[in-house]
Amino acid sequence: MNTAQGVMEAAQAADVPQPRSGSNALSHIRICDLTGLLAGAGATRFLAAFGAQVIRVEQPAHEKHRWDFLRGGFSPDGQRSGINFGGNFNNHNVEKLSITLDLKSAEGKELLAKLVAVSDVVTENFSAHVMERLGYGYDWLRSVNERIIYVSNSGFGKSGPYSDFKSVGQVVQAVSGLSFVSGLPDQPPAGWGFAYMDHHGAYMMATAVLGAIIARNRTGQGQWIDFSCTEAGIGLAGPELLDSTVNGRPMRRPGKPNSNSDNFPPMVPHGVYPAAGSDNWVAIACRSDADWQRLAEAIGESWALDPVLGAFTERMARREEIDGRLGAWTSGLQREQVEALVRSAGVPVAQVARPEDRIEKDPRTRAWGLWPQVQHDEIGEVRVEGIPVHMSETDWSIARGAPCLGHDNDFVYGSLLGLSVDEIAGFKARKVI
Amino acid sequence: MADATQTKTGAAMPALLGGLRVVELASDRAAYAGKLMGDLGADVIVVEAPGGHASRGYGPFVDDKADPDRCLWWWNYNTSKRSVVLDLATEAGRADFRRLAGSADIVLEGEDPGVLDALGIDHTQIRADLPGLVWVSVTPNGRRCPELHEPTTDLTILAAGGLVWNCGYDDHSLPPVRPSGGHAQHTASAFAVMGALTAVVHRDVSGIGQHVDVSMLAATNVTTEVSSVDFLYRRATNQRQTGRHASEHNTMGIQTMTGDGGYASNPLGLTTAGNYQAVLDWLRELGLEDQFPEAFFLQMGIDRGGVSLKVLGQDVEATEIYRAGREALYLIASQLTTPEFFVQAQQRGIACGAVYAPDEALADAHFRFRGYPVEVEHPELGRSFTYPGLPFAGEAIPQAIRRAPLVGEHTEEVLAELE
Repeated sequence: MNTAQGVMEAAQAADVPQPRSGSNALSHIRICDLTGLLAGAGATRFLAAFGAQVIRVEQPAHEKHRWDFLRGGFSPDGQRSGINFGGNFNNHNVEKLSITLDLKSAEGKELLAKLVAVSDVVTENFSAHVMERLGYGYDWLRSVNERIIYVSNSGFGKSGPYSDFKSVGQVVQAVSGLSFVSGLPDQPPAGWGFAYMDHHGAYMMATAVLGAIIARNRTGQGQWIDFSCTEAGIGLAGPELLDSTVNGRPMRRPGKPNSNSDNFPPMVPHGVYPAAGSDNWVAIACRSDADWQRLAEAIGESWALDPVLGAFTERMARREEIDGRLGAWTSGLQREQVEALVRSAGVPVAQVARPEDRIEKDPRTRAWGLWPQVQHDEIGEVRVEGIPVHMSETDWSIARGAPCLGHDNDFVYGSLLGLSVDEIAGFKARKVI
Repeated sequence: MADATQTKTGAAMPALLGGLRVVELASDRAAYAGKLMGDLGADVIVVEAPGGHASRGYGPFVDDKADPDRCLWWWNYNTSKRSVVLDLATEAGRADFRRLAGSADIVLEGEDPGVLDALGIDHTQIRADLPGLVWVSVTPNGRRCPELHEPTTDLTILAAGGLVWNCGYDDHSLPPVRPSGGHAQHTASAFAVMGALTAVVHRDVSGIGQHVDVSMLAATNVTTEVSSVDFLYRRATNQRQTGRHASEHNTMGIQTMTGDGGYASNPLGLTTAGNYQAVLDWLRELGLEDQFPEAFFLQMGIDRGGVSLKVLGQDVEATEIYRAGREALYLIASQLTTPEFFVQAQQRGIACGAVYAPDEALADAHFRFRGYPVEVEHPELGRSFTYPGLPFAGEAIPQAIRRAPLVGEHTEEVLAELE
């Protein structure tokens, strides 16, 4: 909408040096990326895939616990190990650059200032008060670059009684209520078998970065956005949270949660049912009486064809009985057979897919190009996750694996920041980089 | 819209997405995306069929009275939007929709492939005259795979996309679990927003809009953390476990019952020497040391400078120390309420989370202190209600969100703006 600004940005874009991914969507944006793990690195991953130049700033010191916890690991065959072999690190950091920099040294601070001065965005997901302690709070960042966009991401935000609390995905999921809403009646919380909120935190962080760039295009001003991951988690509770605040109905009550069965809109049957064999399951959801009618005909047994069950209220009243009978029917069939029969009846159905099912066998993920192969300097060729968004004009590109530690020191300190070869060698000798 | 938005500091900075107009065709799939952009200050106009979109019938309802304007599903996913009723089955309705799209930066929709094309209002037909328009489609398998289209729900997408496989219990005779709340839509909508804003950033530079194609199934697939990567990297298949990460090999539990019958999660255990000292001190303060004969392990944890997670299972002594540390924590937890255990553990430097229900989280002092729960006025009912707010703070972050619109509440107002 702001054409003059657009022209200016385009002019800047022409000056941005490679390397970056093949997409042109964000090719005029440079990110000084102090993030790590998935909650932070996942945000800049998306931006890098769409062409932003993401420069990860990492510790040079050969001290324990100073690098991204995911950075090290074993090669896929388990034969080699080292600081560049983390499989998850590789996945989360494709198409990024890596420089080393000792953030605690005075010389390191000068170098960071140079990088911030030529960056559009600074991102971090340290514990809440680390940036201030390091002397890199928003006031300092803005003093170095008036137009800088700063997005911080922590478990509980930078203010309030819990701001110092330690947080990882499983803490965020517990405290936000997300672990609670995953469970079966009369069982403990099942929770999440992975760090869901690291993903969603990353998505919200990327949203903040993009929103702030759009705002800067209009106003010329940068800004600081502080993100609280646990608050984002509370916001994913769905309509039942309003049922509590509006209708006074507590979410912790007998029979709740019953998260495979309960749904808005309510459906019966709706659940995860056993198939033949070991640990095989199929999800089935009847959206309407018409869905049930067709499913009942596909089952073809007398209980299912009972016309009384044609009415939703009757099915809801007999939900447990129906689930039991439906489960008995599915457990006599292979999961592929259940899926085929129910799908041909026009009723929503899916196998509970194992990783192999969805990564190796699903034509839908294959048609999407969801598992691109990247080249990593030490790991070699390895598949990673793609992006679930395709753009018609500036689509994402993921070809380069995560950078080895400090891979881009010469490019960033030399080509980008203008340091001489001797200066770079001096910083290396003094362990600043 | 942007100018009037009050921010947390009261400063005059425009709202983050102020000045952006989003025209959204009401849907289950993309409603949360529209809400996020609306809450962040975009002018989001949700287009509904006469009588209102079907999701107004999903419930639950205010005071359990079924009514399109009292539906909490609708309320939750349509804050900060304006509603325009158009009958897209008529040429007049479609003409109004084309005019609306012409006023938009972003069109957002979640129709099945082919539906809009048949009406003559798909992106290929409308974008031809509007080269700067960004058009976002959210569908189960993506618009680029129309031949693979099939009926789906939140449950079936989460099952097919790998989420469900990872969640559940150690006891595999129990089914894997789909967390409730609508996460197939939440995840796809997050990507819809990221895609839409990426396209707007590019449009600001180039003047060129584009089609943004979001697959709900793909979004779920890449939102399973280690489950995908462990298979992609080393062909490992993780197995579900109660309250903790699914894993190729069984791992130690992290969730324990507290004295009030609730639960708390301690995902990292005790790792530093300080952690072991803190728990030893805590046991003593509560007078529990006599009930915990393995307290000497805690002293060993202090003496050896903590236990790295990376040596568990390999270093026998370290593993036993770590296990004893967990058991000490569990004993303490059994004596306290869930909030007491959570807060006191954290104050002693131990990563821990209370397994709150979402409404309990919303009422917690920390989030209230930060102004996260917000009061939303419902003048049509003469009442106000507490909603979850925005998880962001900053000068351009709107402080208030507006209640979801009544059916067609802004039809006249919005169409008049187009004159």
